[in-house]
Amino acid sequence: MHMPLEDTLGLNLLAANQHQAEHNREHFDAWRLLCLNVMSSPGAGKTSLLERSLAALAGAYAMAVLEGDMTTQLDAERLEAVGVPVVPITTGRSCHLDAAMVSGGLKLLRQRLDPAELDLLWVENVGNLVCPAEFEVGEHRKVALLSVTEGDDKPLKYPVMFREAHCVLITKIDLLPYLPVQLERIEAHIRQVNPHCAVIPVSATSGEGLEAWHQWLKAQVAAIAPAAPAALVSA
Amino acid sequence: MHEVDMTRCLLLSMNEWKQQHEPRIPRVSQVHLQVGSFTCVEPDQLVFTWRVAVQNTWLDGAELVIEPVPLVGRCVRCNATYSPDPEQAYRSPCCQQPMEEIVSGRELRIRSVDYAFSDHPADALPAATPA
Ligand SMILES: [Zn+2]
Repeated sequence: MHMPLEDTLGLNLLAANQHQAEHNREHFDAWRLLCLNVMSSPGAGKTSLLERSLAALAGAYAMAVLEGDMTTQLDAERLEAVGVPVVPITTGRSCHLDAAMVSGGLKLLRQRLDPAELDLLWVENVGNLVCPAEFEVGEHRKVALLSVTEGDDKPLKYPVMFREAHCVLITKIDLLPYLPVQLERIEAHIRQVNPHCAVIPVSATSGEGLEAWHQWLKAQVAAIAPAAPAALVSA
Repeated sequence: MHEVDMTRCLLLSMNEWKQQHEPRIPRVSQVHLQVGSFTCVEPDQLVFTWRVAVQNTWLDGAELVIEPVPLVGRCVRCNATYSPDPEQAYRSPCCQQPMEEIVSGRELRIRSVDYAFSDHPADALPAATPA
């Protein structure tokens, strides 16, 4: 009998997904587009927000949506109505998107258009607060939505997603007068686990806060898009 | 459950590792993982899905051993480390600062693999033939 052996690996458990995510990101970078991974619990208002944002930004940017939420055909039609292509991603009832699923969605997208013409690619993740944050899909920015109807302790109960987000949108703020929650407390709890992310309260119904959210988005697109001789300007 | 997808990722890594030993087939007794408590992984669930997934494969019988890694934060004001508590909104007990720096607790890592090569001739390297 041989001596027992031990190999030290020190490898990320999700290395296989990580490799695919990096591959996706190489494509996004080659196409010079910004990819957003939009995450939330079910019913936080992702589709309503997307509908408003796509309509408001359609004049400024060429966009497409990879739709991973198990929404109805009606939702896709609502989004397509503003002239933005929506490609459904087959999730196989998974509770999150992974990089391979997004890669499959990109293949379908490329049958419809040339992604190099896009400025902004929205990936709408499966409605779930637990695990989408652990599975990178190649995105440049993670955006988490939290509806005021979910209460103010959600960021403390499901902290990983809020920790990982670059931007947290507090949605449905038009409902605040009818709810026993305070916006300040929700925001403070997000800050407890992620002190430096952008936190933007919005309402897709009243339109409040959308301008600030779109300004944030524009800054992100500008940050990755032009490979201009910026090195000379930035200190 | 996302543990199924995590197990799939883990098996892909194990298959790659096995290829490094070809043509010999390592008999794996244990796979050691480090799993941080500030992740969305349920260790028991992961062990369960692993057991089901490795049945009738080259990893049949290999045990998944999970070493939990506690969440440790570092206070940005005084640099002390602390155990962030959700009941206290993860703030540092020393200076009441929010959880800014995480020292540990985000790990999802394959640490090591315990294995052996059996003496079965089919598994052994072919003996060098004299020229
Ligand atoms: Zn302190």
